[in-house]
Amino acid sequence: MRNYEVAFIAAPTLAPEELDAFIAQMQAVVEGKNGRVVKVDNWGKKSLAYKIKKFRDGYYVILTVEADGAIIAELERRFRVADYVIRFLSVRIDEDLKRSEKMKIARQRKSGSKPVPAPAPPAGEPEAEPPAAPIA
Amino acid sequence: MPAPKRFSVKRKRVCKFCAEKITYIDFKDGKLLSHFIPERGKILPRRISGACSVHQRQLSEAIKRARHMAILPFVAD
Repeated sequence: MRNYEVAFIAAPTLAPEELDAFIAQMQAVVEGKNGRVVKVDNWGKKSLAYKIKKFRDGYYVILTVEADGAIIAELERRFRVADYVIRFLSVRIDEDLKRSEKMKIARQRKSGSKPVPAPAPPAGEPEAEPPAAPIA
Repeated sequence: MPAPKRFSVKRKRVCKFCAEKITYIDFKDGKLLSHFIPERGKILPRRISGACSVHQRQLSEAIKRARHMAILPFVAD
């Protein structure tokens, strides 16, 4: 299972209830295939930076999903079929987040015992380590 | 006669993202990204943005994603 961020823009002509129904449908698709929807982020209506299909604004929805490639493919297929979805983008985020965590840890090591507001490092322990150990 | 010594102003530029400890540049954060696109909508080059190579790469990727999602313009007038 991988983590993805699936974002799409729905046409502004869509009724809010219809949008909710569509989001629920997408959630059902993910969950029906043993995926998990971690988060649904509905930005509401937002103006677009440029016109898409002659629309100037649209509903932004971002789904954070724990799924595998087949589920994402299915979601994207549905986005293509639904003509009120005017734009979509799915991004795999697990590797980026992993790297992000790694960078945070590396930085903590570098700064030695300096307290860094991050996932609780055991206090006092970094001092014992030599600072020149960037192998994370 | 030796050539006049050129004084280059050595200002230590620190990558904004390193300084602020941002480890993942999110394409959804249009406000952050908009600092790195001048009026024309282009991606600010590294020599001006001051970003380190790791972050500049992340930044450009994030900007491109944001453009696709109409969060940022491809060309601004």
